[in-house]
Amino acid sequence: MGPERTLVVVRPGALTLVEDEGRQGHAHLAVPRSGALDRGALAEANRLVGNEAGRPGLETTLTGVALRATAAVVVAVTGAPAPVTVDGRTVAMAEQVAVGAGSVLAVGAARTGLRSYVAVDGGIALEPVLGSCSTDVLSGLGPPPLRAGDVLPLGAPHGVLATQATGRIPDRGRPSGPLLLSVRPGPRDDWFTAAALTTLVSRPYLVGRHSNRIALRLEGPTLRRAVNTELPSEGLVLGSVQVPADGQPLVFLADHPTTGGYPVIAVVDHMDVDGCAQVRPGDEVRFRWAAPTTETAAGPARPTRYGAAP
Amino acid sequence: MRILPAGPHALLVELEDLAQVQALHAALVERRDAGDLPAVIDIVPAARTVLLDGVEDTGAMVGAVAACPRTPATAPLATSALVEIPVIYDGEDLSWVAEQWGTSTAGAVALHSGAVFRAAFCGFAPGFAYLVGLPERCHLPRRPRPRPEVPAGAVAVAGEFTGVYPRPSPGGWHLLGRTTTAMWDPARPEPALVAPGVEVRFVAVEP
Repeated sequence: MGPERTLVVVRPGALTLVEDEGRQGHAHLAVPRSGALDRGALAEANRLVGNEAGRPGLETTLTGVALRATAAVVVAVTGAPAPVTVDGRTVAMAEQVAVGAGSVLAVGAARTGLRSYVAVDGGIALEPVLGSCSTDVLSGLGPPPLRAGDVLPLGAPHGVLATQATGRIPDRGRPSGPLLLSVRPGPRDDWFTAAALTTLVSRPYLVGRHSNRIALRLEGPTLRRAVNTELPSEGLVLGSVQVPADGQPLVFLADHPTTGGYPVIAVVDHMDVDGCAQVRPGDEVRFRWAAPTTETAAGPARPTRYGAAP
Repeated sequence: MRILPAGPHALLVELEDLAQVQALHAALVERRDAGDLPAVIDIVPAARTVLLDGVEDTGAMVGAVAACPRTPATAPLATSALVEIPVIYDGEDLSWVAEQWGTSTAGAVALHSGAVFRAAFCGFAPGFAYLVGLPERCHLPRRPRPRPEVPAGAVAVAGEFTGVYPRPSPGGWHLLGRTTTAMWDPARPEPALVAPGVEVRFVAVEP
């Protein structure tokens, strides 16, 4: 029998978490969906090492991670571009990389973007909580952030690695220019003035310092309410653009609370939520209406609303 | 009732009061469990709304929601378990609450432990269920300043609700007592002791 397949944490990095596709389906119990913030990056890393898209991998934040393999493994690093080495030798991102027994994989600081992902063949094999190994920073479910010396057991490799038929994939660092988020108005767009709706899609916002896996907290023009009563807490979806009392919007991400008492002016299209994982404080964000809503002199067309029966 | 879009894959159903929410929620869950509801991932009740998230076909779902009963009398409770929670009634706010309720502490204990509550919805923390069933005269506003830390197991009231804190956290509700019962345990097959729709009774016990 060979040595146990594990990854030992040599340097944990600023915030490195075990993440998979999350634990959707328990929102009625106040359990956030959680999972990799940049789902596409994790899925691609998993594909490169022959795993299903949702195998648990590692989500690093800004400063990467260093890991020693105790048996020969195959890894792939995707997401924010960063220097990657094995025993100090430079290797490529977004490719299969062999790491021998006793060798150290080091992911350095992101050059652009924020979160790099590490997948290993077989995935990280921890005890799931509600079907997922994801760390949820809001509710505390899942394993704690990585610390130096942690030993991560690995699942059995499938033995057949994906051929790299697609070749290099584009780095998911930050393109130059603002992050563009397509949004659809509602459910509480009618709690805001027409001017606020116009402002939302015509003025830039900056990512605030207190952004995290729960939400991007944005700074910019205040979004004014047309309705000033209190909103009883109601269910929230991923990508909700919620506007608290100070008029500064936030975009809810994977670890978002399941209910909230402030109105949601719009929802970011799912395919654009991944991009929210790669912006840093100070980066610019711009919203735009997803087709087919059009703006008129009086403001954007309101979404179709159903029913009004008492 | 209004049905509002929340992105292209979710609908927020707005109702007039909590009783309508509970009726609609029970009807939706019953239909889903019977395979009679269009595909949906999450059905999330709250104080005045039910959110349907992960909806494949919003058009079909709108029709299904419109066809559900919203009046409490016509919506039988889905198989409702009754959970009994033992409570040591020695909370810091018990005397004050009793005073507001116009009774003695023994009277307050009798009132709280004599009621049958129902979980209307969860929020705030995994396994925290908002329980309804307090008589209207017992509805009290939250504390103006929350406590920075309320221990796990604290049994409390605020507004029309009573609840049990599943883990330590800041809290603005009035503390009546404590329980050692685990409200949330991810190791259990059903990690939440009290989910929406479940009935709850508190039982006074000695420390």
